[in-house]
Amino acid sequence: MSTAASNFSIQTRDVNLWYGDFQALKNVSVNINQGEVTALIGPSGCGKTTLLRCFNRINERYGNVKTTGEIRILGKNAYDPDVSLIELRKAVGMVFQRPNPLPISVYENVVFGLRVHSARSSLKKSLLDEAVEKSLQEVSLWDDLKDRLHVRATTLQLEQQQKLCIARLLPLKPEVILMDEPCSALDVEATLAVEDLMLALAGTYTILIVTHNMAQARRVSRECAFMLLGEVVEVNRTQDLFLTPRDSRTADYIEGRYG
Amino acid sequence: MPGYFRRKTFDILARWGSLAMVMVALVPLVAVLGYLTYKGIGGISWAFFTQLPKPVGETGGGMANALSGSAILVGLAGLIGLPVGLLGAIYLAEYGDNAFGKGVRFCTDVMAGIPSITVGIFVYGLVVLRMRRFSALAGAVTLAILMLPIVMRTTEELLRLVPVTLREAGLALGLPKWRVILGVVLRTGASGIATGVMLAIARVAGETAPLLFTAFGSRFISLKLDQPMGSLPVQIYTYAVSPYEDWHRQAWAAALVLVLLVLALNLLARVITRQPGSGR
Repeated sequence: MSTAASNFSIQTRDVNLWYGDFQALKNVSVNINQGEVTALIGPSGCGKTTLLRCFNRINERYGNVKTTGEIRILGKNAYDPDVSLIELRKAVGMVFQRPNPLPISVYENVVFGLRVHSARSSLKKSLLDEAVEKSLQEVSLWDDLKDRLHVRATTLQLEQQQKLCIARLLPLKPEVILMDEPCSALDVEATLAVEDLMLALAGTYTILIVTHNMAQARRVSRECAFMLLGEVVEVNRTQDLFLTPRDSRTADYIEGRYG
Repeated sequence: MPGYFRRKTFDILARWGSLAMVMVALVPLVAVLGYLTYKGIGGISWAFFTQLPKPVGETGGGMANALSGSAILVGLAGLIGLPVGLLGAIYLAEYGDNAFGKGVRFCTDVMAGIPSITVGIFVYGLVVLRMRRFSALAGAVTLAILMLPIVMRTTEELLRLVPVTLREAGLALGLPKWRVILGVVLRTGASGIATGVMLAIARVAGETAPLLFTAFGSRFISLKLDQPMGSLPVQIYTYAVSPYEDWHRQAWAAALVLVLLVLALNLLARVITRQPGSGR
């Protein structure tokens, strides 16, 4: 590892997770570098999405999930009993497979988090306007949408919707952005646009992306983790992982022998 | 290719056969509306909406008592039934994936199938006998009970239609579950729920049998909830079985008005669903 220990946004140690009797994660210990894009790759059912959904604890909405081990986010174990889910999820935003803007205006989508998490009196219109402009600027939607802030977000093109879903996280000043196959519903050009956006946002935010698409992992990530059957098989700089995999299972996967 | 001709023949038979049955189904619908309009349109006048019934033997007068009574009964029924139905539906949709929820759902389905007169008898025993008189309140409670299963089940279905991804979007933004329900699920399902409510109201607005021995009827405009109150369906019934020609005419007119009101509610429901904000 090239970076010092203090520069990890997320560190997991011996994370095990069960859905009922089925063990979906086995002794997962990975470190996610701060301010970089890290990709989680592996065949369907390998646990990469499950791992991603551990980091904002959204797995827990299904009743029969049991998680053990430690996930340190921002220097604190996210599974400690005194952790506030609200604070955790403000710090760890999530982007989903299908763009899921709320069926309200573009403007209201961006300030939705602010409205929920701040006292009403502190929300001056100027402050909200500023947050909308800044967030949409950051995802390069401002020029397209600045005259259409009050159209329903669900009427936008998918690419714009997905960028909006990223933009609505930003007013909450997240540390980490989790992306669960964020481009799988998008066409080629939209995929490239969202990938460019990820590269632009890395640095300011730590980005963790789950992808089926190995070429995408190569394009966007600095570091890459290969998972198989609930285990993390190998973590390395992306170029090294693809060019000189250390584990034969990784080599077989990236050469397309299975998955 | 004998198989081809068999398939082709069967296709034609099935298509025209189903079209023919649609036509058969349309006959009573069109006939009822047409006959109602034909018989009822003559009885509709300004006086019909504004005047009280005239004493027996005099012609003229109107149904202002029944119109105001129906509005009050249905409105009060909504005030009682809608909060229970809507909150019950939220419980079923959001927290009801357990044995208790299953039981409640089953009971609600059964309740939706109970003949309305049975509910009337139930309320007769529960309210009318205790108060020792027929009352608007008893009528409203009856209608509220009839409304309940419709509102609960349609609302629950609509809330379940709100995509999981939207709920997760809310949760991932750090909303506690109750705020996801209020801010995301209800907001997305609002227009659908409004439709369900409209349909439930339209459904109970035409109830007659259970009102006969709960709200009973009144020939005056009354705002007293502990007194008998008139309603359109009951007045139609009373007038229709009477021996007076003028009352028959008014009963037809009232029936037409009732159908038009129900139609208006249904149309309103459609308009609401089509508006942006429906989320679908």
